[in-house]
Amino acid sequence: MVHHSLTPRQYLILGLVAVSAPLGDSCLSRGMASMPPITLEHPGTLIAAVFTPWIALGIALLIGFFASYLTALSWADLTFVLPATAFGYVIIALLARFWLHEAISPERWAGIVLVTLGVGFVAQGPSLTQHPAPEPEESADHELVEPKVETR
Amino acid sequence: MTISLPAVPLPATINPWFAATMIAAVVLASTTGEVLTAAAMKSIGDLDAIRAHSGLKDAIRAVLTSPLFFAGVFFLALAFFSLLFALNHLNLSLVAPASASLTLVTNAVAGKIFLKENVDRRRWAAAVLVCVGVYLLAH
Repeated sequence: MVHHSLTPRQYLILGLVAVSAPLGDSCLSRGMASMPPITLEHPGTLIAAVFTPWIALGIALLIGFFASYLTALSWADLTFVLPATAFGYVIIALLARFWLHEAISPERWAGIVLVTLGVGFVAQGPSLTQHPAPEPEESADHELVEPKVETR
Repeated sequence: MTISLPAVPLPATINPWFAATMIAAVVLASTTGEVLTAAAMKSIGDLDAIRAHSGLKDAIRAVLTSPLFFAGVFFLALAFFSLLFALNHLNLSLVAPASASLTLVTNAVAGKIFLKENVDRRRWAAAVLVCVGVYLLAH
């Protein structure tokens, strides 16, 4: 199967990768900021923190992030997926601007433009490197890197 | 991925080499982790196809039985703890953007060398643009 272009479903997964990581981080940050300071003398409070709503939501989002990230890596190159993940920063900055009405400094606007340009560049190219297979019949699976270690 | 933690004030006496070493440790560990995880997922094959063919359980089992995947997770965990260590000594506003953006470039290099990915001019340009952009956004 040749993956030069992505299916709508695969775009959806890349979108989940981009959105869930920064949203999850924000939930963790919000949850931890509202907790009283945690000291090493009372590590139990850290366990209790896991069950507060914001932190639980953050953890759920980060689990969703990891699952969709792994799925994306199973059909696209690392150098394709990573810039897509960075697009999440742009989404968060724009959400902060238009939803929370936070001010965005000129530097951050410049950052938004650069990340968007970069993501636009990779998105135009192929998502997966095709490796010439030694046997033409086996070109379907994209065997990479791992040289098979044969124990004799 | 950034971790939001309360910023620790930067001690005036911090050695710049020590700071650079801590950031380099984060970048090195996370690049190793990302590359190993990516290699694991490539060797497993298309997860969507596995799930469509033999169900979600088999897709999860395929991931959880891959030693390469656990090697990747080990280095990602190492990256997380070296990030925590760095945050103990340095400002969040330095560590988070520096490590996030440098990792993009080291991953492009590592992807080309170890994963044999076709990092063409388009992807180099993207890595550099996103690297600078993330630095500006996260700073």
